Amino acid sequence: MIVQIVFALVSLVLLASAVTVVSARNPVHAVLFLILAFVSASVLFLLAGAEFLAFILAIVYVGAVAVLFLFVVMMLDVDFAALKEGFQRYAPVGALVGIVLFGELGLVALTWHSVSGAEIAIAYPMPAGTTNAVALGSLLYTAYLPLFQLSGVILLVAMIGAIVLTHRDRPRAKRQSLGRQHARMPAETLHIVKAELGAGAAIPSAKTQKETL
Amino acid sequence: MPIPVSAYLLVSGLLLVIGVFGIFSNRKNIIVIMMSIELILLAANLNFVAFSGALHDMVGQVFTMFVLTVAAAESAIGLAILVIYFRNRGSIEVEDVTLMKG
Repeated sequence: MIVQIVFALVSLVLLASAVTVVSARNPVHAVLFLILAFVSASVLFLLAGAEFLAFILAIVYVGAVAVLFLFVVMMLDVDFAALKEGFQRYAPVGALVGIVLFGELGLVALTWHSVSGAEIAIAYPMPAGTTNAVALGSLLYTAYLPLFQLSGVILLVAMIGAIVLTHRDRPRAKRQSLGRQHARMPAETLHIVKAELGAGAAIPSAKTQKETL
Repeated sequence: MPIPVSAYLLVSGLLLVIGVFGIFSNRKNIIVIMMSIELILLAANLNFVAFSGALHDMVGQVFTMFVLTVAAAESAIGLAILVIYFRNRGSIEVEDVTLMKG
């Protein structure tokens, strides 16, 4: 009974925060409600028996993706009120599309039923007596190893892509040039001036000074 | 007593519809559009996990993990593109992005 109550409450929080995400006037509030939506979705994952994914969702999404959104929203100096302008104009279209989509989903759900042989066709049944993380890991590192590695490669590509995209080359930055440093010869930088007694040394001309720098 | 899968289906269907509504109603603000995409992917993940729990099949959770990976990569790249676009043009209005219109 308590599980049902928790499920209902958390679902309500999830849906309400999702509505706030799409309708909030201030995008920082939208991001904060997105975090709340992710947290409540991770509670729903817990109720469905996927503990590992629940924690992954809480850590990766709340800890990384939502904070990334928050950084971008706060970093960009955008007039968000102007971006919100067309909301009243576009909302009816969005509501219409949403209602049609939900009606279609409802039609599917009304006629949906599980095939009688589905229990036999289960690819990898949950092993009894182990934790969810062990079961998921023993599947990810055996049957799904190539896909798992590939998803790592996707993350690597995304990381490199994000760095390359946002990296800014500052032309005025003073950097060490190892090649130039190693190729420097003493003759280019050092002038030995024989000074006559009592006459002093002639200052090297500006041109040669520039070359030596 | 476990929660029936139809309850999960209802919640994730509503979540998906809210996400689609967000895409349509915030046509100017690309940040909110990306957050709506995150909501839609979350609805899909909720379905995967619900069916995985109901059918006692681990594959749903494995697939959820892959979806999470791709969604994280997508949002990182999208926000990076957003940042450099703002740096170059000083605006993130979707209607201003017409350079590739031809």
